[in-house]
Amino acid sequence: MAPYASDDSTTAGEVDEQRSGRRKAARYIVPVTVVGVAAATIGLVPALADSGDPDLPKITAQQLIEKIAKSDVQQLSGTVKISTDLGLPDLGGLESSLMSGAAGQGEGGSSADPTAKLTELASGTHTLRVAADGPDKQKLSLLENAAEYSIVHNGKDVWGYDSKSNEVYHGTASESPERGKDQQPPATPKDFAEEALKATDDTTSVTVDGTAQVAGRDAYKLVIKPKQSGSTVGAVTVAVDAKTGMPLKFTLTPASGGAAVVDAGFTQVSFAQPAASTFDFTPPKGAKVTEEKDAAKEFGKGSEKDFGKGFDKGRAREHAPKAGEDHGKGLDGMKTIGEGWSSIATFDTGGEGMPSGKAGGEFGGFIDSLGDKVTGKFGSGTVFSTRLINALITDDGKVYVGAVTKDALVKAADAGK
Amino acid sequence: MSQAEVVEPVRPVSPLWTFGLLRSELTTTFRRWRTLALLAVLAAVPVLVGIAVKMETSDGSSPGGGGGGPAFISQITNNGLFLVFTALAATLPFFLPMAIGVVAGDAIAGESNAGTLRYLLVAPAGRSRLLLTKYATVVIFCLAATLVVAVSALTVGALLFPLGDLTTISGTQISFAEGLGRALLIALAVAASLIGVAALGLFVSTLTGSGIAAMATTVGLLITVQILDQIPQLHALQPYFFSHYWLSFADLMREPVYWDDLAKNLGLQALYAAVFGSAAWARFTTKDITA
Repeated sequence: MAPYASDDSTTAGEVDEQRSGRRKAARYIVPVTVVGVAAATIGLVPALADSGDPDLPKITAQQLIEKIAKSDVQQLSGTVKISTDLGLPDLGGLESSLMSGAAGQGEGGSSADPTAKLTELASGTHTLRVAADGPDKQKLSLLENAAEYSIVHNGKDVWGYDSKSNEVYHGTASESPERGKDQQPPATPKDFAEEALKATDDTTSVTVDGTAQVAGRDAYKLVIKPKQSGSTVGAVTVAVDAKTGMPLKFTLTPASGGAAVVDAGFTQVSFAQPAASTFDFTPPKGAKVTEEKDAAKEFGKGSEKDFGKGFDKGRAREHAPKAGEDHGKGLDGMKTIGEGWSSIATFDTGGEGMPSGKAGGEFGGFIDSLGDKVTGKFGSGTVFSTRLINALITDDGKVYVGAVTKDALVKAADAGK
Repeated sequence: MSQAEVVEPVRPVSPLWTFGLLRSELTTTFRRWRTLALLAVLAAVPVLVGIAVKMETSDGSSPGGGGGGPAFISQITNNGLFLVFTALAATLPFFLPMAIGVVAGDAIAGESNAGTLRYLLVAPAGRSRLLLTKYATVVIFCLAATLVVAVSALTVGALLFPLGDLTTISGTQISFAEGLGRALLIALAVAASLIGVAALGLFVSTLTGSGIAAMATTVGLLITVQILDQIPQLHALQPYFFSHYWLSFADLMREPVYWDDLAKNLGLQALYAAVFGSAAWARFTTKDITA
């Protein structure tokens, strides 16, 4: 009938069959090659693109620090990738319910409140976009999945816009610049570098450790290391743009090794003037706008309500205000032991320490499970550790906190006794 | 019939012949009741979303309950154009790739199943050309399906909600014309996101002689990959899953546009098309056609 058996003749001899079998197998080489080439490209291209460290004139650490201080970059735009791994215990759902309560994301507050939103940077990997044009115009956007959170500072207005919930937060800059600086966690490599250099004194070794390429620009690497032992900070590396003196990348590695605790760097940067429209913000139609003053009021209301809801046993609610009182009292008597990197802050809560298993009910038991029990000459207490900050809370209510090892905390507690 | 067979080979083969084959494939595919039903389901999704949002907000409340639901849903009441983005975000994870999986899975296996594949191969097109035509048909269906969702969403959005200047997710304002342009770009990005699934479906389709089996396997793979993409322990592998960068189309609504993930998505889809396209070719050109 129809001559359909054109390619694969059924009457072919044995030799033909073998040959065609081999020819059939040979065709599969094509997809295999494509996979191979793709894998090689994925593996090799980053290695090839890394054209080695740039050749730059030698510079001393002092000169480099001065360069950073003199750096006067007014106009820039770029993308910053920031990863934070503080090693905080993963509390999963509880954490987010606490966060939403504390951050006022419930019915009461606005999800566009900058202080609430930027706390998210404290964990995980985020992509930020920054743009600046002089001291009056700045924009910082946190790129989220199919959404974005932006803070726009233009003249005397400060806007926060959360595209996911279509909510707007409005503040005025007359009271905001200082407030904003203090309250917003550092986000760009420059912020981090300034914080790190503040701590520079005779307890610190600062060296220039070669050069690197960051975001396609030549940069010097400044390494800041604590001289004393006992600190949990291994080293701080700042990549400084050779031309402008602008810090481009900041890495904080813990003394215990492993991945960086904080790694913030530009992946793309331009020092040209950003488009003026970048800083224009009009609240979109239908968006819920929260004014700064209202927010504060509602925040108090909202958080109380949410906390109450969160722990509907009610026990925690009685506990919370009391802890707050203790805190206020204790903070007045805060002292610092030691100096430089291994300094330890200590204060007396005046209370009976952590709510232990019995006193704090279920909540206390939960807190206990997060820390390690330690004993020493000072008595006994609980150490709560992260990859950077450790805290010791003794059973008689003293608190020792610092970026130091557990042993250093116990030693400090022993000495304080 | 016998007369036609005698006449055909005499005619000189025109270089446009491939387009003739493509046109006949397209007509067959788009005339199928199954295809039309799939497109009707896709067109219904924006209608449902639009009516649901309209009803929920008729008392003045904001939709999405403060951040829940598909992307962009909270903006729909202020600008109907956002319904296009919401509808694409809602259909991209499942409805769209499922429709592609059905059409792609059916491409070769369906012909084989119906016993029509051998007649297609009688024509002097060659197996490679036939496969290429089949793939082109599936890719055109990807675009058509996406545009059906987008156009339906735009119509519903214009009927139920106001239109006008819109705010990008970065907080800047763009004109309605530019918004429409972006919507078109987004539709293209979504259609391009599907060419990986299309190649995968075509490969599966060459493996079996049963159309239903090929469709089920493709849709099954789709669901499996989407589940694996949610498991945090596999995060080293996830950038290589075809669905991993699908939501990157939303980056087109940023100002300035954030291209990194979009480029990764396109590269990944091209890689899938190359790998599974060539695997399908290797399989199909060496296969014994028995039906």
